[in-house]
Amino acid sequence: MKNNMRIKRGVAVSHGIAIAKAFLVDATEYTIPERQINSEDAAQEVGKLEKALHNSIEELKIIIKRLQKKSTKETVPIIDAHIKILQDTYLKSQIVEIIKKELFTAEYAVSKTLRKYIKALSSVDQNSFWGSRINDIYDIERRVIRNLLQEKIKDISEVKESVIIVCRDLNPTETALLDKNKVQGFITDKGGRTSHTAIIARAMGIPAVVALNDITLDVSSGDLIIIDGNTGMVIINPDKETIKKYSVISKNFSSYEKNLLNELKDLPCQTKDDHEITIYANIELPHEIPLITQYGGQGIGLYRTEWLYSEAGLLPSEKEHFNAYKKAVSILKNKKIIVRTLDIGGDKLEPGKENEKNPFLGCRAIRLSLQNLNMFRAQLRGILRASNYGDISIMFPMISAIDEFRQAKSILEQVKDDMRTKKIPFREDIKIGVMIEIPSSAIMADILMKEVDFCSIGTNDLIQYTLAVDRTNEKIAYLYQTSHPSVLRLIKYVIEQGRKHNKPIAMCGEMAGDWLYTVLLVGMGLRIFSTSPIVIPEIKKIITSITLDEAKKVSDNVFVLDSAMEIDKYLRNYTKNIAPQLFE
Amino acid sequence: MEKLVRINNKSGIHVRPAAQIAEMANKFQASIAFVKDGVEINAKSIMELLTLAAGEGTNIIIKANGPDELQAVEALESLINTKFYEE
Repeated sequence: MKNNMRIKRGVAVSHGIAIAKAFLVDATEYTIPERQINSEDAAQEVGKLEKALHNSIEELKIIIKRLQKKSTKETVPIIDAHIKILQDTYLKSQIVEIIKKELFTAEYAVSKTLRKYIKALSSVDQNSFWGSRINDIYDIERRVIRNLLQEKIKDISEVKESVIIVCRDLNPTETALLDKNKVQGFITDKGGRTSHTAIIARAMGIPAVVALNDITLDVSSGDLIIIDGNTGMVIINPDKETIKKYSVISKNFSSYEKNLLNELKDLPCQTKDDHEITIYANIELPHEIPLITQYGGQGIGLYRTEWLYSEAGLLPSEKEHFNAYKKAVSILKNKKIIVRTLDIGGDKLEPGKENEKNPFLGCRAIRLSLQNLNMFRAQLRGILRASNYGDISIMFPMISAIDEFRQAKSILEQVKDDMRTKKIPFREDIKIGVMIEIPSSAIMADILMKEVDFCSIGTNDLIQYTLAVDRTNEKIAYLYQTSHPSVLRLIKYVIEQGRKHNKPIAMCGEMAGDWLYTVLLVGMGLRIFSTSPIVIPEIKKIITSITLDEAKKVSDNVFVLDSAMEIDKYLRNYTKNIAPQLFE
Repeated sequence: MEKLVRINNKSGIHVRPAAQIAEMANKFQASIAFVKDGVEINAKSIMELLTLAAGEGTNIIIKANGPDELQAVEALESLINTKFYEE
């Protein structure tokens, strides 16, 4: 059973091929799958158990200390009992035996052992002292497992060999801990094209396949895995032939990419009939900035600034903002840098504070900034100060009405005035733009264009809001259709209004980096793409292989089709002829 | 060695008595079990003692096996008979 080759299909969200051992990362979510470990890892697993038990006891001791100061002293004996149970050597020996003999993970062993006692107590009168101990055991179970999982998250920073990360879905904290040199790829249970894992994988230039359902249950750490990020196939424990086959494909693909890069890097990005197209890069983390020039990008079309806010509850100072943007300038010199102000929900800033019913429709992005003006001003001042050194623009996310833009702009003007008084230099003609990612702003693009300097179409949210499809819900992933006729019509309208008002329109959503849509977008009139750095050569390859007339014809043909499926099929056939290697 | 005893304290083997029994039992080399209605548990484990759910009036067989089994049974019997110094 252990070494049987198995094939799984998911959604390919970052291209390339990787062959490496699996490294299983448990999500913070409270689930305890019945998962096996390799016998050589048993001792390590026992070590984790001991540490988790120790940490749990330490936590409880702190709780007791706190309780003793308060009037709630009567709970002290209960907590004390929890400590005594955690110190029960017989109990521990049973857990250890399950780990060592049955080769289960520590958390499963803990759960299995404790559930046995819960079961024994469930036949007792539930109103008696013993019956009500069931909740105490659940409580103990939760505490130990939480501590175990925290250990596992720490593990992610201790990856020593080349691995493929297998997880439910990565969260930003875990990603920050990853050793980027060791990770060869990602496969996850959940997620879609715009999930955090997908964005990170593309930024790192490694393959990722998501929405594999229960891949974390199918894979054990140490299993050999092949990820085909071009087709969405994942192979667990491949046989020798398959490994050989994929080693060849992998080599071919990376040499194709390398050739593309060498062939195109220093050529101007223009269509066959000399129409210039700009390709900027989307930047998630500062260490990706050097990739831009490496891959032939012309600047930053979207500098996401959320990483500055990643430490829960700690807001970055004006200086931290300034240093971050100044650093980007020092790397990119006079290239364009578009900094987007904070784009997260309130829950991320103060975790657990207010759980919104619909966070995607809630207090996030510009809405959050406009309600936290000190935080917003610090960012604006940081951007303005850095603008003195390079070609920096400001972009506001999630604008849904003109009032929001005006309000944000007036705060920016106040900050500018203040800086003028204090003689702090900044770029007087700094450009102010908005993200078009809410249908309302696309529909009223004609109004917005009169006041903004530029726009960037954020397709991830635009698709989600237009189609009413939560982009992180894998159950309805099939409804998330990039080329849905309604989405294409919105995009076309925005591009047309931009042209009419002579305002640059860029696209920075994932659609811009998906080469299936490059010809179509050029045909629709898009002249500025912003993509993750690593796909720039592919997008450039397609742009340099077509004429504007050809692209326009493709766009005309697409706009008479009725569904995303037909459109994708047509575009796949068309683009395959230009760059067959991208569709192998 | 085995001995039948009756739990006579009001609240039975709840947290504190369980802790006392386990602590006492762990002082002996002998393996020590409590048997209630045919269910046998390890008397050195507070977890096991608690899940025995032994209330007032429960009959328990103390089973000990090892070099100091006699002392172990005597010590535990007397601890139970003192009603865990509760009353």
